[in-house]
Amino acid sequence: MNNPQLNKHGELQHLLSTEGLPARIMREILDRAATFLDEADGHEFKKVPLLHGKSVFNVFFENSTRTRTTFEIAAKKLSADVVNLNIGSSSTSKGETLLDTVDNLCAMHADMFVVRHSSSGAAHLIARHVAPEIHVINAGDGRHAHPTQALLDMYTIRHYKKEFHNLRVAIVGDILHSRVARSQIHALTTLGVPEVRVIAPKTLLPTHVEKLGVQVYHDMAQGLKDVDVVMTLRLQNERMQGALLPSAQEFFKYYGLTQERLALARPDAIVMHPGPMNRGVEIDSSVADGPQAVILPQVTFGVAVRMAVMSTLAGNTP
Amino acid sequence: MNIHIRNGRLIDPKNRIDAQQDVYIAERRIVAIGKPPEGFVADQVIDAAELIVMPGLVDVAARLREPGYEYRATLESEMNAAVAGGVTSLACPPDTDPPLDEPGLVEMLKRRARVLNQARVFPIGALTYGLKGLELTEMIELTDAGCKAFSQADAPLTDTRVLMRAMQYAATFGYRVWLRPQDSFLAKNGVAHDGEVATRLGLPPIPVVAETIALTTALQLARETGVMLHICRISSAAGVELLRAAKREGLQVTCDVSMNHVHLTEMDIGYFDANCHLMPPLRSQRDRAGLLAGLLDGTIDAICSNHSPVDDDAKQLPFADAEAGATGLELLLPLVLKWAEQESVPLLDALARITISPAQLLGQQMGHLSVGAHADICIFDPQTSWRVAPAALKSQGKNTPFNGYEMQGRVRYTLLDGQMVYESQS
Repeated sequence: MNNPQLNKHGELQHLLSTEGLPARIMREILDRAATFLDEADGHEFKKVPLLHGKSVFNVFFENSTRTRTTFEIAAKKLSADVVNLNIGSSSTSKGETLLDTVDNLCAMHADMFVVRHSSSGAAHLIARHVAPEIHVINAGDGRHAHPTQALLDMYTIRHYKKEFHNLRVAIVGDILHSRVARSQIHALTTLGVPEVRVIAPKTLLPTHVEKLGVQVYHDMAQGLKDVDVVMTLRLQNERMQGALLPSAQEFFKYYGLTQERLALARPDAIVMHPGPMNRGVEIDSSVADGPQAVILPQVTFGVAVRMAVMSTLAGNTP
Repeated sequence: MNIHIRNGRLIDPKNRIDAQQDVYIAERRIVAIGKPPEGFVADQVIDAAELIVMPGLVDVAARLREPGYEYRATLESEMNAAVAGGVTSLACPPDTDPPLDEPGLVEMLKRRARVLNQARVFPIGALTYGLKGLELTEMIELTDAGCKAFSQADAPLTDTRVLMRAMQYAATFGYRVWLRPQDSFLAKNGVAHDGEVATRLGLPPIPVVAETIALTTALQLARETGVMLHICRISSAAGVELLRAAKREGLQVTCDVSMNHVHLTEMDIGYFDANCHLMPPLRSQRDRAGLLAGLLDGTIDAICSNHSPVDDDAKQLPFADAEAGATGLELLLPLVLKWAEQESVPLLDALARITISPAQLLGQQMGHLSVGAHADICIFDPQTSWRVAPAALKSQGKNTPFNGYEMQGRVRYTLLDGQMVYESQS
């Protein structure tokens, strides 16, 4: 089976998942992202003409403000024409199938799709369907993957920690439903992080999660001990209805990231969050606003990383 | 019409015959094997040199999609598919729209099938009205109309009291109850085996315990009620183990497996191949090994196609949104042959799983070539290989996880009741 993300030269054709994405390509994206950030100028983005004359369609079948906005800024900084479509769930009730929608947008001469969908595998389906000169970027599919989030997280880690091969990283929270966690795990293991931990109650961990190459902890004190990076995840409110958790309060009491718990990690540990945060649920405000948090820089780096992904794809022909 | 099938290799699992033997047919029945009856004059001679002559296949699970889902498949298209696959008898589950819960529907289906005069159709009646799991159907009336067993198909029956009473009632009259074991709470929204692949791909899972819990309940209730219980589409090694123990204990229970699960595992989902979205889900390699062991030691009685034609629109969707099911009638024989070859199972034993064993599950005198039996016969070329392609399939359902696979063995002739109902072009 061919890697659906790569063209026949082994270059990036679509960005669908960090699983199976070669470390070489990940590093190239991170290096390229750095060129878009003017570090001397307070992280101002440079406007470049790399996507001049290209049309980028942000097709969001699931609502998102932050991810869509950062993709939009990234595309505009690359001089692309950007079209935003919030299709939501209402359009599917009109009877048009996902691929019909895509066909229509292709007929409007899209060069690149940025797709978010609530079902795992939606981006793969679209990538299989479109003409070979069209690129697809997965902006989140169900519980499966959110590769640009994981890449911006890798950028952030590299920015603060320089290397990957000497790190201990802990991912905390709802791993089961998290596409971010899955993508982070694959990116971290691919880039050579020797120890990736997941910390969660058993109800929020998928079966055989250890086969992804992580160590499983149920206890925050043990799981956070001596880690260099703490990656927190958003806890959705609806998890309380599925009998997965009794309450947000109890979750915070045992798994919330507080100053006291963070003290167990290495003193120079950084704290990350993909946003939007639930203060007092997965993370305490004092940590979120504290000196170890790098949550806002993550957002800034996210624009540069998305610029890097889009320009890399645009430079690769089928 | 008198037919003489000559020079073929006759394989009749029930009578334990695997030899070069001619078959003589008169007045729709088999009148002799080996030597012609006195004064036999053939109107038609079929030269079966290099071919295998076997009883027509019996498939215990083939959805024909009528009534209600004619946009997916029709009786015409699927009966064509059946005979092209050498299938002369098939049982159809009751999950049509409306479900097969009242005699008129069953009679209509039987009548439509009879007019087409291709394969024999044995409807499985709904165990509860509308398959809702609340009230019993009129099982006596449905049996009179032609139902051979009662089932919930894939619909849940969560109320164990209703299940127990349904079994008691069926047992009173000696009716068979067919159940696909799956706990509906544990399987809720699930689309893939709860294992490595579902974890990687982020697909909502169905754990093995969903099968074993429902199976344990069904076996306990069968023990209590004395009903003839048939377990449909077993998918896990743990499930096979429970059935093995139940059979050893002497419980009246039988079991089938789908050909998809004989050959595939969760790994075949690859990058979200919706053709591998099946129900029950494809499970792990260990589960597949358990199923193969169950077939070998007889814990599993029959192999079925679990033919479920799905239209393209319902499959061209993200994995979880795509409808479960795959076409299968035309692949049953070659996939059983492939299994026999891979596992070194003698053809006599392998073909029993698609002839005499499923016939017994339906309580029917068929699936064999004894003198006096109806001449339902499949004649196939074991040497011909062919590639599975949507265009090559007669079924209206073109979706199959075996798309592109190389198959060995192709049906040349199918006879139903002594009449040629299919002859291949080649």
